[in-house]
Amino acid sequence: MCPSVGDAVIRGTGTATSANGAPAVEVHRVHKRFGLVEVLCGISLAVQAGETVCIIGPSGSGKSTLLRCINHLETIDRGSIRIDGRLVGYDERAGQLIEARAADVAQRRAEIGMVFQRFNLFPNKTALGNVMTGPVLVAHLSKAEARGVAAAALEQVGMGEFGASFPAQLSGGQQQRVAIARALAMHPRVMLFDEPTSALDPELVGEVLGVMRELARTGMTMLVVTHEMHFAGEVANRVFFIDRGIVVEEGSPERVLHHPENPRTVAFLSALPAAQELA
Amino acid sequence: MSEEETNVSEARSGATFLPAGDAAGQALDEDDLIVRPRGSRLRRARSVLLGAAGLAVVAYLVYAMATSPNVSWGVVASFFHNSKILAGLLVTLELTVLAAVCGGVLGVLLALMRVTRNAVLRTIASVYIWFFRGTPLLVQVIFLYDIALFIPQVGIGPFSASTNTLVTPFVAGLLALSLNNAAYVCEIVRGGIVSVDRGQIDAALALGLTPQRAMNRVVLPQALRVILPAYGNLFIDLVKATSLVSVIGLQELLTTAENIAENNYRVVELLIVACMWYLIVTTLLTLGQQRLERYLGRSTGASVPGRSLRQALGLGFLLRRGHVS
Repeated sequence: MCPSVGDAVIRGTGTATSANGAPAVEVHRVHKRFGLVEVLCGISLAVQAGETVCIIGPSGSGKSTLLRCINHLETIDRGSIRIDGRLVGYDERAGQLIEARAADVAQRRAEIGMVFQRFNLFPNKTALGNVMTGPVLVAHLSKAEARGVAAAALEQVGMGEFGASFPAQLSGGQQQRVAIARALAMHPRVMLFDEPTSALDPELVGEVLGVMRELARTGMTMLVVTHEMHFAGEVANRVFFIDRGIVVEEGSPERVLHHPENPRTVAFLSALPAAQELA
Repeated sequence: MSEEETNVSEARSGATFLPAGDAAGQALDEDDLIVRPRGSRLRRARSVLLGAAGLAVVAYLVYAMATSPNVSWGVVASFFHNSKILAGLLVTLELTVLAAVCGGVLGVLLALMRVTRNAVLRTIASVYIWFFRGTPLLVQVIFLYDIALFIPQVGIGPFSASTNTLVTPFVAGLLALSLNNAAYVCEIVRGGIVSVDRGQIDAALALGLTPQRAMNRVVLPQALRVILPAYGNLFIDLVKATSLVSVIGLQELLTTAENIAENNYRVVELLIVACMWYLIVTTLLTLGQQRLERYLGRSTGASVPGRSLRQALGLGFLLRRGHVS
């Protein structure tokens, strides 16, 4: 399943760590296996604070699994994942990683926002109630404080008027914006986006990408798994092409999307329906 | 829903009173062609006939009951408020509420056992459910009443007592109803839990909730919407199931009615009194259940799927004017 060791990874410039220490997200030689299928094959990547990176690749390449490993929704089999230099989901003891206590894992996850393909809003709560969940149940703010934080987050994604609406009363694009607000209300250090526009009708994609573009501009550190090559080309600082559980090619969007060198990247990009537009 | 239904059927039956000339081939502009349901006249006649036949049967039964020389409605009325009957009703209600609480707590615990990763706990819960759903409640009641036969003493050292003094008819009845109820509650709760989308847990965990809190604060409240209708039915079944403890002589509603009947030979009248009280309790519970479901269903914007009072009472055929196919 995993590619042979000799498979060269093409890396562009710009991977150097920032001057002030550890990268915001550091994935180091992570392996992940589901039964007999090895989904991640020693994958490594680093994201600097304030960077927006887009992760592209064919379906089944391990993109979503990688994101889910970063906030420990999935366990890993080997390797390590650090946010701001600290392990997520594990404690290091005598050179081994031992799964951390549930409460500690939860505390680390609270620093990492995640947006899902299918929104996963709580259907029994209003938009405001959804966004208040984290501040109330995790950050232990009072209801009044949480309401203020949540209202501000909804405002930020342009959903300020819809606080009283239930998810079923909102369009897909609006639901996804509420989901982004729900993550932002925890003031995360990093935001993970798992194909945030893949479940949307085409005319609703724009509003969600618009919110994400704004967020990137504010300096939020973002990892975005996406099939929106326009968005990647326009917003990402760097693009990672992942295939069969490893990073095959990385670099500036210009380089990876317009002048790919690895034949697998070339094949993937040319098979996209939007390939002509990109060229 | 029912209003719309009526309107639609009226509109359709209205179409059947077209002048005969239209059907006979008088040319109409294509845009004006009127559509009417197939065979609606026949269907209407049939439904009127069926309704009349049904009413006739019901009328006969009511007449037979009301005029039967063996049923004295005066006796029914005089025992309806009888203090012994009311005391029996109270025992029935106590038994129901206590068994629902004990069975509910145990049932939720069993449900959590069934969804854990711990194989031992899972198996214990499965075997428990296998036993209590696989044997009749009546047998369980008798069995628990006679439990002293094979567990004569309970407790440790000085803190022990004879089982016979502990297990009164009330305790035995309560135990049997609770243990039996728990098995069913477990399956209903488990069904509710697994009906909640896995993504909800992901979202809760990603926000920083611990798995325990994700279950309590996110999954269970949503599972409630699936659990509640089924649980409401189970609770109503429990009210009726309490009558089974009459076999061990516990003075609940049915036993009380039977005891009075043994003295005054008014068997039918007292059974009618008991039935009336059971019906009053179950009807009130049905109404309460509907209100609760409507409250829980408010976030979907959809009304609770068809269980209005008339449907619950099975009177739908009296109010519906035609068939909407």
